[in-house]
Order: sequence, then C-alpha cells, then structure tokens
Amino acid sequence: MNDVPTLLEMRSITKEFPGVKALSDVNLKVRAGEIHAICGENGAGKSTLMKVLSGVYPYGSYDGQIIYQGSESRFSDIRASENAGIVIIHQELALIPGMSIAENIFLGNEPRKHGAIDWKAANRMALDLMARVGLQEDPDTLIKDIGVGKQQLVEIAKAFAKDVKLLILDEPTAALNEADSKHLLDLLRGFRSRGITSIMISHKLNEIEAIADQITILRDGRTVETLDVKADGVDEDRIVRGMVGRELSSRFPDHTPKIGEVFFEVRDWNVRHPISADRQVCKNESFVVRRGEIVGFAGLMGAGRTELAMSVFGRSYGVYESGTIIKDGKEIVLKSVADAIDNGLAYVSEDRKALGLNLLDDIKTSTVAAKLSKISHHGVLNEVEEYQAAEAYRKELRTKAPTVDEGVSKLSGGNQQKVVLAKWMFSDPDLLILDEPTRGIDVGAKYEIYGIIQRLADQGKGVIVISSELPELIGLCDRIYTVFEGAITGEIARADADPETLMKQMTSTKKLASR
Amino acid sequence: MSRIKDLQKNLFGGTTSNARQFGMIFTLVAIVLIFQIWTNGLTLRSDNLIALFQQNSYILILAIGMLMVIVAGHIDLSVGSVAAFTGILVAKSMTEWNLPWPAAIVFGLAIGAVIGAWQGFWVAYIGVPAFIVTLAGMLLFRGGNQFIGNAQSIPVPEGFREIGSGFLPEFGPNTGYNNATLLLGLAAAVAVVWREIRARNTRRAMDADPAPMWISILRMAVMVGVIAFAALRFASGRVGTSFPISGIILVALVIAYSFYTRNTAGGRHIYAVGGNSRAAELSGVKLKRVNFFVMMNMSVLAALAGMIFVARSQASGPQDGNGWELDAIAAVFIGGAAVAGGIGTISGSIVGGLVMAVLNNGLQLQGVGTDKVQIIKGLVLLLAVAIDVYNKSQGRFSIIGSLMRPFRRDDSAPPASPPDAEREPAKAAVSG
Repeated sequence: MNDVPTLLEMRSITKEFPGVKALSDVNLKVRAGEIHAICGENGAGKSTLMKVLSGVYPYGSYDGQIIYQGSESRFSDIRASENAGIVIIHQELALIPGMSIAENIFLGNEPRKHGAIDWKAANRMALDLMARVGLQEDPDTLIKDIGVGKQQLVEIAKAFAKDVKLLILDEPTAALNEADSKHLLDLLRGFRSRGITSIMISHKLNEIEAIADQITILRDGRTVETLDVKADGVDEDRIVRGMVGRELSSRFPDHTPKIGEVFFEVRDWNVRHPISADRQVCKNESFVVRRGEIVGFAGLMGAGRTELAMSVFGRSYGVYESGTIIKDGKEIVLKSVADAIDNGLAYVSEDRKALGLNLLDDIKTSTVAAKLSKISHHGVLNEVEEYQAAEAYRKELRTKAPTVDEGVSKLSGGNQQKVVLAKWMFSDPDLLILDEPTRGIDVGAKYEIYGIIQRLADQGKGVIVISSELPELIGLCDRIYTVFEGAITGEIARADADPETLMKQMTSTKKLASR
Repeated sequence: MSRIKDLQKNLFGGTTSNARQFGMIFTLVAIVLIFQIWTNGLTLRSDNLIALFQQNSYILILAIGMLMVIVAGHIDLSVGSVAAFTGILVAKSMTEWNLPWPAAIVFGLAIGAVIGAWQGFWVAYIGVPAFIVTLAGMLLFRGGNQFIGNAQSIPVPEGFREIGSGFLPEFGPNTGYNNATLLLGLAAAVAVVWREIRARNTRRAMDADPAPMWISILRMAVMVGVIAFAALRFASGRVGTSFPISGIILVALVIAYSFYTRNTAGGRHIYAVGGNSRAAELSGVKLKRVNFFVMMNMSVLAALAGMIFVARSQASGPQDGNGWELDAIAAVFIGGAAVAGGIGTISGSIVGGLVMAVLNNGLQLQGVGTDKVQIIKGLVLLLAVAIDVYNKSQGRFSIIGSLMRPFRRDDSAPPASPPDAEREPAKAAVSG
C-alpha cells in the first residue's frame, strides 16, 4: 500500500488557546482515495484539527505544516480550503430550512447567466448532484420538509458542487437512524471507488471498523497512533484501547438490579401533534416503571419516544388528549413542567444544547436551575449553598472542569451531559427520563454515565432510557419497550432482548405477546 | 501575578472581578475627569451634579426595567409614550378630579400596571413579538396622551412636584452641610464595607481564596472615598438643595432590582428565559409568566418615570417622554447587555446610562448644540458596542460584553476562550 500517493499530510500541528493546548505536535497522513477515520474521546482535539485543516483557524494561528497535494498549503479561511477542494461537513448541518434543496446546494456558489441566477441550470445541476449521492427528491423541496438523513445527503451534494477532492465528515451518522446510516456508509464506499478521499470523525466504532482503511487515534491533543485496518487487524476493542489508553473490560459496568414495586404507571396515553391536530403522536400507550428499574424505550427515529416522554413530563410536547398517570398508587395530573418536577419527575432532553442547557450559564447556575427552591430561603438564593451543591455533583460525577464557575459552553459533550444529569439529580426525582443520554459522547464518558444511571436506580429511583443504540439498551436496561409509530408494540425482558427481536418489534405495528 | 494585574482584576468587583468591568467604570471616570478639566470644574460642582441626577433619574429608572426586558430577549419601544400617557392622566387626576397627590401617585402606578398587563398579555400569552406590541403601544399611548390632554399642558400641584424636584430635608445642627445627605453617605459607606466583608466570607465558604487583603482595603477605600466626595458635594449645594428625592427613588430601585435580578429565583428565571427559553421551560420556568412580568414591570417603571418627569417640569405636556425609549435602550446596551438576551446587569446599565448622561451634560455645559450632542451620542453607542463585538470576535476579552458577570457571579475563567465556545451562545439567541 506504500505506493499509494499521499494526498494530505499534517506535520506536527500545535494549536493553543489561551490557557489550553488543544493540539500538540499532531501528525496526520491521509493517502489518496482512502477513507481515513479519526477517533478520540471528546476533547481529544479531532474537531480542532479539522478546523486547522479547513482554515477556520487560519494559517499563522497554529504551528506546523499542512502538505496538501504535494505542496504546503496556507489557508487563510474556509473559502481558501474549499477552493483547494477540501470540504468539511459539520455535525450540525449548515442548511437553511426555508430554502429548497437546489438553493441550498448552490448557496454562495450560484450558477449565473448575465449576472442573474440561472435557475434552470441550477436545478439541472442539482438533479445531477443529487443522483450522485442517491437522493431522490424534487430539487424544489424545502429542506425543512425532508428528514435528517436526506439533509445530510444535501450537504454532501453541496460539497460535490464545489468539486471536492477531500471530504471531511464530522460525526456524519450521529443523528441518523440505522437505514440512513447504512446508506451514507455505502455512499462513502462508492466515493472511495471513484477516488474521492474522505476523512471521517465518528464515535460509532462499529462503523469505523466496517468502513475505514486507516484510523488515526488522538488523545488529549496528541497523536496516539495510526492503524491500518486490514494490515493491523483492527477491531473495536483495539480502537477503544487507543482512545482511552487502557482496556475497557466491559462497555457496561457490572450491575445487579434491585427491582421493587411498580410505582409509576401511564395508562392509555393519547397525545395529538401540536400543529397538525389530526396526527396522533401517542396512541393509547401504557407502561409501568418499578423502583430500582432501568426501563428502555427502543424505536426508530420518529417513532414517538421523545414525544411520549415529553408529553408525560408536564405536557411539554403536543396536545394532551386522554390518559392517566399514576404514581405511588395515586393519580397525578401534570399540567406543566413545574408540576412534573414537583411530583418527582425529571427529563433529560436528547438535545443538550437546544433544550438541556443555557449555554450562557456556568456549571453552578446550571446545576441548580431546575430546583432553585432548594437553595433559596424566603425567595432569596443562597450563593454558598448553590456552590456547595454544584461542587458536590462535580466531584460525584467527575465532571472535568477547573471550577464550577466554568461556563458550560466550554465543556465537552460528555461533561455537558454530566452537568445536565447533575441538574436533574439535584431536583431529587423519583423517576428520571433520559432521552439519548449518551448521544455524541465518547466511550469513556459513556461508561461513566452508565454507572451513574445504575447508581440512580440502586437508590430506588425509576429510570427510563430512550436510545437509538440497541446495544446500549440491551446492555443497560432491565426491561425494554418497543415503540413504533406512536404505539408501544412490545415489552421485552432483559433476558430475551437481542437486536433482532427488538428490531422486529420496532418496525411492526402488530403487537407481539408481551412477556 | 504582578500587583498591577492583581489590582485590575480585583478592584471593582464585589468578590472577584476582571479587567472588563474595570474598563467600563474606568471609561465613566475618564469622561467625568475630561469634562471636569474641560469645563474648569463645572462638571463636579454641587449644583451641576444635582441637576445631572434630577435630569437623568427617570432615564435611569427606565434603564432598570429595560435591562430586564432586554435580558428576557424582548424590547420595549413604548416607554416614552407610556410615561407621557401616565403623566397626563395623573396631572388631570389632581387638577380636575382633585385627587390628593399621594393617591395620584398610586393611581399613576396602577395605570402603568394596567398598560403593562395589556402589553404583557400580547407578548406572553398571544406571542406577538414585543417589538410590534410596543411599537403599537408607542403610537397608542402617545395618541392617548394628546387625546386626553387635548394636546395641551396640564400643570401639577406643589406637593406632587417633590418627587421630581424635591430634596432631602434640612434638620439637626448647623454643620454647613445638609445633614440628611451626610447621613445617607455614611449609611452607604457602611453598606460598602459590610458588603465587602460579606463577599470575603462568601468566598471563603466556597473554598475559594478571597482577593488579597490589601486589594479589599484599597477597593473599600476607593468606594468610600467616592461616596464621601459625592456626599459632601451633594450636601454642600445651595441652601435648600441636597441629594434629590428622585435620586433617592432611583438608588432604592437600583438596590432592590439588583437584588431581585441577582439573588432571587424570579430574577434568575429572566436570565434563563433570555439565555435559552426552551431549556428554561423544560426546567420548570413559567415562560409566559416571566415574559408577562418583565413587560408589566417595565410599564410600571415607565409610569413612575413619567410622574417624576412631570413633577420636575411642573406640568404634563404632549411631547413628554419623546425618545426616552432610545436613551434607555442605549444605556442598557452600552452597559453590556446582549441583543439576543440572557446577558446584562442593572449596575452595568446604570453605568451605561451615566456615561450618556455625563456626556450629554458636559457637552451642554460647553455650549455644544443638541444637534451635535445627538451625533456624538449616536457615535458613542455604536463605538461602545462595536469595540465590544470586535474584541469578542478576536477572542480577546470584551470590555462590556461580560460587564455583568463580575456583578452577578464570579468569573474565574480565562479571559478568552476558543472561538467555537464563544460562538455557541449566539446560537441560543432568543427573540420575540
């Protein structure tokens, strides 16, 4: 393989922010026409490295050299790197929801005729680009009307419109369901066979193992190693070892559940969509949670798991139609989030940044935000108690931050999630609903969060975990409900849970015999 | 760390601080000194200081309410009209309906509350952007003022004028000064010392090192010095003048609202709503109630400001309060509030308002015409915010952007952070 030319070489890249060395002496060598994965825990420096490469951090703001296509490149901004054929697709898609697919593809790059935009040509070219990424839609369709999976494809089509030579994908499948992920990975394979080089950052190690030719592992801003997947016989455990610097004997901490009585029950829950009233998002759903039990909710994207959770959590989603909630033998009516919190419910949202945290806040303020009454006396907040509470959780959850005065926007995903968990643990809930608690979080932090979830259950709380990762549900939960199109389609005990059974029930309306 | 840096970090910050806030207060002090020299000592003369406070107390009162509105992610354009509308009704209530003046004040505040409830209803419960609601209110209540007053001025009685042009009373032994003002200064000095001691204790309870002792002492000395100077100035004015009543109302409101925004759950909810309204809602914050409250509160303060102005000018007229909303909004933004909401402090806004006030006053003392004063004020607003935005985009610390932080809480984070961390709060922008 040594005769394959090198497309990109980043030599001893060092990037410092005031007070933090984000990258130190990082090396990356990407061969032409390969899929090169970059792995590392959150905060290892992957995104920073890609920002250096794409000119977000311009030449001069870092040390080291970028050799691209045989000569040194000094990108002054993103435009410069794009002109050289390097296109980065961020985790948070940069599309404009109110514009059409074609408009988005050519945004900033519009085909012109006599100074005006040539829409005929644009649509024709858009169709051509969409075909290359396997996207079958009308180019006039608005972005907001297509799913995340297709939006991702639009982003890639947009990259092709710029004549891409090196495609960088940051967590491309993080928000995709299994089918869309598979399509995307197939697409990348197709690009490889056509000689396009890709760099992929991902936490999904199984995908990396399946698709990458080489893997570069970063840890704490340094290059640990570059592995050749075939030659080195790399598997997931090998990658994990490189990332965390130690063996993870198991992905889940050992746990013996102490399950008690049923204490929380939802019966015949019906909720309508907030805007289109004829759409039923929860159809007669019923479920129970026992003390000390971790209950999973499995389902495909859009199955209505988040909608169910949020509508139970003080009707924070949709229009309530009918259904009862019974807690500790008594019916409770939760008309607002405040009611839900007062009745011992907590909901950790799947979208940390948009729904879980105020990014202007520091750790301290965030920790106490859901239960200010606990640190107030006669309506006056006690700063010292606030500090002590936040500090206690920081230590207990091992949140990595110098002090609790640190702004949450400066924390990595895993640490932000710990702050959100602390916020809801601080509210003393009996039932915690965790929606995708480990999304976008690296392996090490995931393990810690599983441990926290198990400890919470051991304290006699009920925990509901909503997750799109089946291994996570199977490894963590004592019982799993499957949800399909707004209805609960099955209930599976831990002993019987395997991916095939779950997947079958997640995709079928027929209610299987529950055990 | 060098002593100079120590000083910069700690001089003006309650508990700890950083250089940014230092910068803003420094700007104010610099402007005062420049005008003091330029006007040959006129700026800091007793009568000028007293006039400065009387002329600007109502704008600063508006800035308090406006800060809360802006932090919650809204704006209020109607304050000038609401002030004028309240003013004319209150004036009429006393001259034509013979309401005694204390009752008229209560009546005025009630009008403010009703108007505020009206605007709050549209903003919070119907979801009309505050910009539109208050733009409508601006027209509505300006028209209302002129309709009720027949576009004429209505004078107000003697007793009522006290709240706008009254002073602390004279009593006690003849010290050559106004004793009440001296006592007030003494109380303020004691409060400053008490606060510093408390802040040190709080720091210790948080296992953090308090600022070095010499800095605490220096800080107290500076603050006490400024208070003593101000007290003596205000107390040594023409006989019969002293610290104005409107200034006392202002100081009381600043203390009360600073406490509310900083130390109560209700205050924190305003910041939560402005920072990320959806996240706040999912944390149990009653979004509608908070929005309703900030809009209503603003109108009550506007009513109060209107009454103080009417009391000072001895009559309510059809042009009262023209352009006040812009002065109040400018004060808040110069004082470091974020346009997107979630960031800002009462004290910052007051400093911002004072910068504008001193500038206005100093230029007028120099005989600069109102045309040029407006041009200069406009440029100052633009420049102050532009420098801040530019510094932020450069990853350097912003002078006013986080002016609030030191007042609100400790900020021991490094002054600059990676740009991606800086950019994220912008995405959480909330409006309307």
